[in-house]
Amino acid sequence: METKFYEKDKLLVLKITEEIDDHNVKKIRGKADYEIERYMPKKVILDFDSVTFMDSAGIGLIIGRYKFAKIIGAKLEVANLSKNVQRIFEMSGILKLVPIWDVSQLDILSN
Amino acid sequence: MKEDFDNEMKLEFISKSSNEAFARAALAAFAAQLDPTIEELSDIKTAVSEAVTNCIIHGYENKQGIVKIMARLKEDEIIIEISDKGKGIENIDMAKEPLYTTKPNLERSGMGFTIMESFMDTMEIESIVGLGTKITMSKKIKPKNQEEEDNEFQMITKQ
Repeated sequence: METKFYEKDKLLVLKITEEIDDHNVKKIRGKADYEIERYMPKKVILDFDSVTFMDSAGIGLIIGRYKFAKIIGAKLEVANLSKNVQRIFEMSGILKLVPIWDVSQLDILSN
Repeated sequence: MKEDFDNEMKLEFISKSSNEAFARAALAAFAAQLDPTIEELSDIKTAVSEAVTNCIIHGYENKQGIVKIMARLKEDEIIIEISDKGKGIENIDMAKEPLYTTKPNLERSGMGFTIMESFMDTMEIESIVGLGTKITMSKKIKPKNQEEEDNEFQMITKQ
């Protein structure tokens, strides 16, 4: 996982670089919660750009991080969903709680 | 005697979660003989991953056991059987309900069977409490038209 924190906007971008399944998700979950607690952001973005595989473990991952972010008063959004990832999230209805973040905003932030 | 399928493979491994990636990669390599699209292959990998994960965390509840996979190719179809000799499912109808899970504390979503059903053409569950569970799934690989094949070729050669 690659972490980037934008101090001014209190925005934490967590780029997942592993395949998301039951085996890897424990590690991803631990790292994500650690980074959220460390930076105390206002908004957390989970970036799926480098995710080459995801099964239903990804739904649990989002629901769990949504709850954790809520505890510290942060919002959770997801970005760069592949067709397959988006389909799995749509089936679970989770996108009603966790919006898709517009990645073009990232260019504005990094400039 | 001539079998009524074109190809067959069998795979057996212990119920370690690190084998989930191994199982779906092996099945994808076997299914590749039917010349599936990237999307069809991704559907098969996801369904296999769900079924194998179920064997490991629900069937054996993370204790050691054996997960068995048998796959066959018949014309344009792949048939996959994934089984365990674990605890079995008490109520199959309930287990199939979207969002139903017996393990919410592990952040399980309860979407496994729903995903298998919608990513494959058919999905059947046979289970006996105390003896184990067998999932049988099948998917037909659609014949590709020339345009699709050209597109896919361009995608691959661009990389």
